[in-house]
Amino acid sequence: MALKDRQQQDDVELLSKHNILVTTVEKLWNWGRAHSFWPLNYGCNCCPIEVMAAGAARFDMARYGYEVVRAVPRQADLLTIAGPVTIKMKPVLQRVWEQMPEPKWVIAMGNCAISGGPFKDGYSVLPGADSFLKVDVYVPGCPVRPEALFHGMLELKKKVERGDY
Amino acid sequence: MTEPDLKKMQTELQQKMGTRLEITADRFFTFLNIHPADLLVLMKELRDNYGFNYLANITSVDYGEKFAVVYHLYSIPENHKIAVKAYIDRSLAEIDSVFFVWPTADWQEREVYDLMGIKFKGHPNLIRVLLPDDFEGHPLRKDFDMKGVKKC
Ligand code: SF4
Repeated sequence: MALKDRQQQDDVELLSKHNILVTTVEKLWNWGRAHSFWPLNYGCNCCPIEVMAAGAARFDMARYGYEVVRAVPRQADLLTIAGPVTIKMKPVLQRVWEQMPEPKWVIAMGNCAISGGPFKDGYSVLPGADSFLKVDVYVPGCPVRPEALFHGMLELKKKVERGDY
Repeated sequence: MTEPDLKKMQTELQQKMGTRLEITADRFFTFLNIHPADLLVLMKELRDNYGFNYLANITSVDYGEKFAVVYHLYSIPENHKIAVKAYIDRSLAEIDSVFFVWPTADWQEREVYDLMGIKFKGHPNLIRVLLPDDFEGHPLRKDFDMKGVKKC
């Protein structure tokens, strides 16, 4: 180990003895972001029912710190798209997305949000949310079980902690 | 209105309308198949003289040559139901609006117009209600072509 490196390490150890941790600001922020998403839920159909179940006592989203579900896009940083996006809803969702502050993420929950699901060939349903948004995590299922949604959120957590978004 | 009263109503209506009314029935509904030109006369009669004060549903069926517009009527005080059916030509696809008989017909007729392309004469605001305003065609028609639908 080079002298400079050793010196640096000594510094870090010395500081930690005094309860001072050293990191980069970006890492600290990402740590905070990843541990407390503020989700905004979009839903239509059956998957949102599972989102409700995920939030309620039996499954309890609060265990992971993701329970601050917002009713306002301006306070949210995670858009959960549960259920199909129709042609008519697209501009609305687009607008909601644009109102959310950076950094922000999207989870596409359920086959409908991933690809249009059983309604794909319909006259009014878009072939997936990724036809107009950049989706971070896809959670397949029809409907998605709450456990699967949690898994998706924890995957997103890893992604955010890595700073890779 | 009791069961015999309903029968009486049917005979009375049949006498009044003659050949323009044909009464059929299935397991769930009695259907009054009415000539579209007499629709409003029949509807007003049903509302004013037989107590059908609630228009529960308007829908339509594509039979190829013809469309059928179907009305489900309920009488809340008497707890009775009946269906009225009117067959119209596909080429014309036009029928009188019942908005002025039951104002609740407003959005229901707009929905039928939106998805099936049936024009309701006399409707005050016949525009699309479910699909985007710039949508082309009426998707529940059997001959609707998906190729024209542009997504994203
Ligand atoms: S993916 Fe399945 S369960 Fe979820 S909204 Fe679509 S149809 Fe409903």
